Amino acid sequence: MHSIPSVRTYVTIWVILTVMTFVTYYVAQVELGAWNIVVALLIAFFKMMLVILFFMNVKADSPLTKLFAGAGFFWLILLLGQFFVDYLTRSWMPEGKMW
Amino acid sequence: MADTHSTVAEHAEHSPHLRHHFDDMAQQFDSATLGMWVFLLTEIMFFGGMFGAYTVYRAMYPGAFASTSQFMNPFYGALNTAVLIVSSLTMALAVRAARLGEQKALQLFLVFTMIFGTAFLVIKGFEYHEHWVDMKVPIIGGHWDYSEFPQFARQAQIMFCFYFFMTGFHALHMVVGLGLMTTIFIMARRGTFSSSYFTPVEVSGLYWHFVDIVWIFLFPLLYLIGRTKKLI
Repeated sequence: MHSIPSVRTYVTIWVILTVMTFVTYYVAQVELGAWNIVVALLIAFFKMMLVILFFMNVKADSPLTKLFAGAGFFWLILLLGQFFVDYLTRSWMPEGKMW
Repeated sequence: MADTHSTVAEHAEHSPHLRHHFDDMAQQFDSATLGMWVFLLTEIMFFGGMFGAYTVYRAMYPGAFASTSQFMNPFYGALNTAVLIVSSLTMALAVRAARLGEQKALQLFLVFTMIFGTAFLVIKGFEYHEHWVDMKVPIIGGHWDYSEFPQFARQAQIMFCFYFFMTGFHALHMVVGLGLMTTIFIMARRGTFSSSYFTPVEVSGLYWHFVDIVWIFLFPLLYLIGRTKKLI
């Protein structure tokens, strides 16, 4: 089956995840304009990859499982992408104004 | 390898946990992992739809969405993120212990995982209580008062609706996860697992980590928006 990761690896990943939680918490207090959401999502994406690759150990899974995990996110990007192509390009929408 | 019929002798050779339609334990394990990932893909789409709808409305009403952050408690949110990440660590260590055949460690880490999972739900309960006291629960009939920002009184309900649905479905997944952990713990107590058979521990772990990932996205999107804004 798989090689078994060491306790040290798991604890290191946990420390990074916890530090990133503090980083995302404090970065949200800093005014970065539109970049606030970009930074928040990048950090969340980074944390997600750590959890998937190490905690869920997809790194050591069979190529087929890797393909399926990747395909899931590819499909999600298709879903959200098509969604936003429509909704986020409707110039007549209220966008931040009241009715 | 027997093609059609296995003999009694062959039964004795392989693990009692090996189903007959698999060649060996490794293939059975890989199949179970793959199957769990297929299930998780449906979960990704389930939560993905909610994240998509959230984004559309947030783009439409950025001011209203930002104003709700005044009534979220980012400390609780961050604390819960930390609690969930610790529970993921103990879950990963439980799977590791199962692989190594360390039964005592497996049970111990499962108990820790359940404790942290329960702590998460308790903290979430305190938060829901705060929202109720704050009159920020836009249910039918209205437990709702948004006199702090009257210009957003209607649109902010949308955000709180997303908040309660997304965290509510996440909490529901946590409850299911705790049920899984209880089952796995009982199986572990009965001595079901060994270093050659730990598939249920592994796939339950995948589920637990997935629920953690959902929260990793919910935390910044629900608690940390508009914290720098001076509201109109």
